[in-house]
Amino acid sequence: MHEIGIAAAIIEAGQAEAARRPGSKVVCIGVRVGVLSGVDNDALRFAFNALVAGTDLESWKCEIENCRRRNRCQECGYEFESDVYDASCPRCAFGDIVLIGGDELELAYVEVEET
Amino acid sequence: MTVIPIEKKVLNENQRIAMSLRSRYAEHRVLCINLISSPGSGKTTLLEQTLALFRPEEKVAVLTGDLQTENDAKRLARYGFPVQQITTGGVCHLDATMIERALASWPLDQIDLLFIENVGNLVCPSSYDLGEAAKIVLLSVTEGEDKPLKYPSIFAKSELLVLTKIDLLPHVSFSMEQVRANARLVHPGMEILEVSSQTREGLNQWLSWITQHRQQMHERICAAHV
Repeated sequence: MHEIGIAAAIIEAGQAEAARRPGSKVVCIGVRVGVLSGVDNDALRFAFNALVAGTDLESWKCEIENCRRRNRCQECGYEFESDVYDASCPRCAFGDIVLIGGDELELAYVEVEET
Repeated sequence: MTVIPIEKKVLNENQRIAMSLRSRYAEHRVLCINLISSPGSGKTTLLEQTLALFRPEEKVAVLTGDLQTENDAKRLARYGFPVQQITTGGVCHLDATMIERALASWPLDQIDLLFIENVGNLVCPSSYDLGEAAKIVLLSVTEGEDKPLKYPSIFAKSELLVLTKIDLLPHVSFSMEQVRANARLVHPGMEILEVSSQTREGLNQWLSWITQHRQQMHERICAAHV
């Protein structure tokens, strides 16, 4: 259950952005979570809501966008998206691949309202 | 409403420290490997057997993470190499700050090979870069063959799978063929080794893997300096 720490990092980033824009109010924080990031959507939402509840950040929302797995074949260099469980190269079927996406845990955007 | 693009990693601070650790490892030619598994898969026992095989003059060190107790550090310290326990006080993984703090008291030029034994957990450690050259996942034959399917993140990110406790195979219904197939569904091309820390079967291959990675690291560093 490391989602609490991750939610706290998201909130801190939102606060940093709010501090850079005096007079604006954060409405929503957009986060990108890869299928292989080891982070669970529901647990992250739960943690985020638990941390903002009862504080002056209570109105903040967290929008999660999930990203698929992306791979590069070590043999032919082909880059392709795949399911979590079927990551062999569709072009040459060679076994060895490297992960080039799907482990994202990124802050995509902050949505603010000018007050 | 205004949407402000941010585009940075949530664990930006962890990533920054991990990158700084990585460049320090490269500068001092330290091979750092991060051992990850469920609790009880045999990380500490494998490390004990591994340390027992190194000559006393080898510059090997271990950082071992647990929620509580110094038990693992006490076990590992018997082999005469520097060992430090990191107790996380409830945190389910090690992060780069904990490693940086632990290394503050150790001169890196006294270390060639650094083992990090992560907290027993197949989920959370997969999100935290510790600056390691490779993550290694351990899975014992007393666990299910479907662990790679249940915890795809750590199996996809680990370079090597070490199947442990193979001396128990006659007593458990565990299919080596199935676990290999499952691991390679999640990570095509994954390297897999089989070891028993009791009978020491497979330890030579494990040591060869480490030696090979130390050589590769030196070659990479030399190539970068040409």
